[in-house]
Order: sequence, then structure tokens, then C-alpha cells
Amino acid sequence: METTDLIFRIVLIVVIFAISLVVAMYSTYAERKVAAFFQDRIGPNRAGPWGILQPLADGGKMFLKEEIIPTNATGFLFIVGPSLAILTACIGSAVIPWGSAIAIGGHTFDLQVTDINVGVLYIFGVVSLGVYGIMIGGWASNNKYSLLGAIRAASQNISYEISMGLSIIALLMLTGTLSLKEIAEQQHGFAWNVWRQPLGFILFLVCAFAETNRSPFDLPECETELVGGYHTEYSSMKLGFYLFAEYINMFISSAVMATLYWGGYNYPGMDWVAAHVGPTIGPLIGVVVLFGKIFFSIFFFMWVRWTIPRFRYDQLMDLGWKILIPLAIANIVLTGVISTLLK
Amino acid sequence: MQNHPVYTDNDPQSELSTLNLGPTHPATHGVFQNVLQLDGERIVSGVSTIGYIHRAFEKIAEHRPFYQITPLTDRLNYCSSPINNMGWHMTVEKLLNIQTPKRVDYLRVIVMELARIADHIICNGVLGVDTGAFTGFLYMMEHREAIYEIYEEVCGSRLTTNIGRIGGFERNFNSRAFDKLRAFLKNFPKTLKEFESLFNRNRIFVDRTRDVAAVSAETALSYSWTGPLLRAAGVDYDVRAMNPYSSYEDFDFEVPVGDNGDVYSRFLVRNEEMWQSLRIIEQALAKLDKEPSDIFHADVPEFYLPPKEEVYNNMEALIYHFKIVMGEIPTPTTEVYHSVEGANGELGFYLVNDGGRSPYRLHFRRPSFINYQMYAPMSRGMLLSDAIINMSSLNVIAGELDA
Repeated sequence: METTDLIFRIVLIVVIFAISLVVAMYSTYAERKVAAFFQDRIGPNRAGPWGILQPLADGGKMFLKEEIIPTNATGFLFIVGPSLAILTACIGSAVIPWGSAIAIGGHTFDLQVTDINVGVLYIFGVVSLGVYGIMIGGWASNNKYSLLGAIRAASQNISYEISMGLSIIALLMLTGTLSLKEIAEQQHGFAWNVWRQPLGFILFLVCAFAETNRSPFDLPECETELVGGYHTEYSSMKLGFYLFAEYINMFISSAVMATLYWGGYNYPGMDWVAAHVGPTIGPLIGVVVLFGKIFFSIFFFMWVRWTIPRFRYDQLMDLGWKILIPLAIANIVLTGVISTLLK
Repeated sequence: MQNHPVYTDNDPQSELSTLNLGPTHPATHGVFQNVLQLDGERIVSGVSTIGYIHRAFEKIAEHRPFYQITPLTDRLNYCSSPINNMGWHMTVEKLLNIQTPKRVDYLRVIVMELARIADHIICNGVLGVDTGAFTGFLYMMEHREAIYEIYEEVCGSRLTTNIGRIGGFERNFNSRAFDKLRAFLKNFPKTLKEFESLFNRNRIFVDRTRDVAAVSAETALSYSWTGPLLRAAGVDYDVRAMNPYSSYEDFDFEVPVGDNGDVYSRFLVRNEEMWQSLRIIEQALAKLDKEPSDIFHADVPEFYLPPKEEVYNNMEALIYHFKIVMGEIPTPTTEVYHSVEGANGELGFYLVNDGGRSPYRLHFRRPSFINYQMYAPMSRGMLLSDAIINMSSLNVIAGELDA
């Protein structure tokens, strides 16, 4: 690996890490503003113009809050829980292709930290690990509400990972690769996977809601039943980590969804732009397009959260096992039959 | 409480766990506790503890003159204080044989129906919150604020209203009150319609509430449930229709009933009652136009507290004020029971009088207290989530539960 390449990679890692954190931070702000918009309110508007410094103020508050570890909690695991949650949330972004190869001063660079050939599996593995943070934290709190929340989170994630995986299999049958970079490249221009896999996308979307513990699947932390769910006993920045991890997860899920189904950085007319505007600006527009897709999808997450009620635990399981999994399997069969017939 | 079961987690072999729901839990919406024995998330049995905010109102009332008991009734069901106030005034008027003019009755009807709407807004909105849909609650709360502003114009306060006096109102409704009332009648139906369209046919909401905590009419009657809960179980009992007070017989309204008393039918019944209340208020406004606009209390100077400016400037008013405050006017030695249709059910006042200035004994028939008795038995076998939305749709107000 050349030195310039190495330096570029390191810069990219730092930039992507920073962007994930900033996006997650401002997602909290966006959530409050979006909620306010839906509810005929103003939302945060005190810290800075239009309240844009609110996330910083919240972060500062989180750091300065008193740290409470309950006497009966398992001390070490109590700390491991939120750390694991934030760690797994942050490493997911490594395999996402943020743009096509960009040409700067004669060199071309990939806008992807690493292109491993099992990128999809990597994402799945990391997302699955995320539930350990919740389980460990909920169990170590030694509080019944936390434990109930943790159990709900564990069973929910396991159930929905299955249908999520099955919905991806249909997609992989079409792409023939597990590398996110290749999947993104295949969707050149307007040939997005969502046109070929509409049902698969809907299944994936529902599962993404469940995986990120967002409403209507926010049972692990549902306030009106379990007080705070798995983070009932948490305070200070440890609580902040849990909340933050949720928003980073939402960002990563949106990015994965955009890459797998909505064409990633591809947009109609990208060849024309690359030919006429230049190989540096073209891919950069692609990056902007990708972020546009991601932000819309984050908005969609919020839209749903502030509109509909949440499921009951058994209904959630019913939906996962009795509806989504059969549908996902049917989707695989359908995809197989149609792609064989079209050959 | 006799033979109160005590749950512990001391047995390591036990599959069951004990969960202390309350007294401070975001879902209880008030201070009351339920100790539940859980098998996973299913409730095996539960014990309700009440009395966390018991303030001995019935005992305090024995030492207060009649007109000073009104502020106590404010603090029963504080989501619809005016109904409690009016119920109490009417009880005393029944005791003293005071006939109120029609205009007073209609004004009272307006205030009581507004209070009913305010109470149902809270209950149905919070049911939405407890199922995870927060937004509808805020849409509705905006209009509860409008109702509170009308209260403010009528009596000067918002939550614990202390509206009215024995014999009528302490002052006439001003024009701003009527303006605000008309604005409310114009704006609220739109929101209520939107609220209904958010929930009534929402698949998740219907799945969450349909057949949850269903109660048969027989069971409901055997626990002497009243109000929207009883009507949701299919019994069309409404004090306003069965035993009209405050000229409710002049109004044309329907008593909605549900089919099986589950959370969903309670929700629908409350929504429909809001529509009916709006109808009643509109009729009352139309009727008010035909009444002389300067009458706002019965002509009973020996019981109706005169306004302060008259007390300072007018001899008769000063004398009556003195006699009322010192309790020098004889009252009948008898007992009366009067009930009104509170937002949660039949709100009754049983008053035993020995001829003095304060009751010999006063008992409040508090619907929340009576409705709540079934909570622990009916929670058996329910999931925790269902038990919580059942609690919020019983609309147990801690102030009314404990008095």
C-alpha cells in the first residue's frame, strides 16, 4: 500500500467516524425538531440560533451529570454494557462505500474504508453484537424493569435478524456478491435494487426498525411500561452512550439500506456529470446524493415514530415469525423463479 | 387489609418474580401501587395498594361550612373539577330546597360538559401515549388549554376551579367567555375528527386494545361500575338521562354504548361522549339566548354568598354575609343523596345534616375508587403491557381514588 493511500485511508477513517458522530448528534436535534413539527410545537430553540447548539448542550449535560452505579449492580458489566453498545454502533460504518472512486491530483481513491468481500455479513455480525450491549447492561443493572427490557431486546433482535437475513438472501441471489462495493457499483445510474426487490426492501425496512429498537418496535425501552427499559438504572454519559448508540445505529441502518436498495451513491445522469464536470466533482455529488438518501431515511424513521403506536410483545413476535419470515421465504422463491425464467 | 398476600423473591426455585409497579411509575399517572407477581411478562396475581394521597376529605368536611367544602371537591377528580363543584352545589341546594333559575342550570351544563370533554381528552390522549403514539395526545391537549381558558374567564382559575357558589355562580359569564366558548366549539371538532382518524382504525392500535380487559355487563354491574366503563360494557346507564339534574331533561343527546367493555370500546365511548357533549353545549348556548341575560344565581340571599363590593356598601348584603359565615341560618335536619354524571361515572354526595353550618357526615361516592376495585382481579393472566393500557383506560385519578 502506498503512503498516499495509507494517509488517505487514515483521513477517511477519521472523517467517517466524525461524520457518524455528528450525524448521530444532530439526529437527536432533528428528532426533536421533527417531533415538534408533527406536534405543532416549536422544539428546542434556546441554545444558539434555532437551537442548533442543543446537541452540544445535551452532551455537556450528560458529561456533567452525577455518575450513579447502583449498589446491587454488577459493576464491571454495568460499564461494559454501554461501551459495547457504542463500540458496535461505531464500527459498522467501515464497509460502507460512501462514493465511487474519486480522482485527486492523478491518484484515484476509494471512498470506502475497507472493501472486504463479505461486507454484508460483516454488517450483520456487527449489528448482532449490538444487542449484547443492551443485554449485558440490562442484566447488570439488577433491576427487574431493566431485565425485562433486556430480554425483550434480545428476543426481538434474534427474531428480526432472521427475517432480515432472509430478505437479504433474495437480494444476494441477484447481485451474486457479498461485497458492498460491488453491490453499489452494480446499481449504476438508476438501476437501483429496490426496483427489482420491492418486497425484499419492505421486509428489510421493517426489520431495520426492529433492529434499531425504534418505534413501533421500541419495546425494550418503552417508557410507559418499563420506565426506561434496559437503561432504567443508567445515568450520566453511560445513558448518553445508549441513546447515542441508537442514533448511530439508525444512521448506519439508513446507510446500509441506501447502499443495498436505493443505489448508494448512484444517481441518474451520473455518467454525464462525470464526463462533463470532472472525475473529482462527480463522485462528490454522489456522496451528497448518498447522504440525501440517508437523511430522508432517518426522517422516515422519525416520521413513523411520531405517528403510530407500538406493538405488544407477543404481537411483535407474531409479526416477526408468522408474517415476515414466510414472506421473506416467498420472496426468495419468487426471486429464484423469476430470475431463472428471465435467463 | 386482611390476609394481604406478600410476594417475595426469596425462593430461588420459584419461576415467578415480583414486580413493584408504582407508586411512582410513568404509567400509573398518579400515586398508587400495584405489586404484581409475574411469570415472564404475564401477570399471575396482583395486589393494589391505595391511600397514598388520602387526605381525609370526608372528615375535614365535617368541620367546614357548606360553601367551604367546594374547594375540597376540586381535589377529587382534578381533571374535571367543575363537575365535582357543581355536584356539591346541587347537593346543598337539594338539602336547602333551592330552585335554581333555568339560566343557571344551562350555564352549569355548559361548564360541566366542558369539564367532561377536558377529562376525556386526558384519558383518551393518555391511552394513546401509553400505547406509544404521543402525537395525538398533544393535538388534543391544545384544546384542553382552550377549555381551561374558558374556566379562567368564568371563575379565574384553571385546574382546581372552585367554580360557582351555592345557588348559582359568583359572577355572570363575561362576553370573552362566550367568545372563547364559540371558538372552542368551532375548532375542537376538527381536532377530534383528526384524533379519531389517527386511532379508530389504526391497525396497531386496534390490535393493542381490542378484546383487552373485556368486561361483561354482569361483571361490570356486580362491581357497580358506572360511567363510560359501564357503558362500554353495553349498559346504557347515564345519570344525566336516568335521573336528570340541572335541567338535563331539556337537552337532546345520545348515550353511546360499547359492546364488550374492552379498552377499545371504552376509547370509542369516550370519543363519542365528547361529540355528544359538544351537541349539548351548542343546545345550551341556543337556550341561553332565550333567557334573561342578567340572572346567574338563585334569589336566596340567606345562602348565596354576596359579592364583596356589596358586603362593603350594602347593609343587607353585610348582614347576610355575616349570617352565612357565622352559620346562623338554620338548615333542615335531614339526609340527602345527589349524584351527577362525573367524567368517570356516577359521582355521588351523601350528606347527613344535623341542622348546623357544616355536615354531620358527608360521603363522596367516588367513581374512580369503585371502578378501581376490579383492577387487580382483572389483571390476572394479562400481559404487563395490557395491564398498563387497562389502567390508563380505567382513568383512575389518584385524587378521586384516595379522596
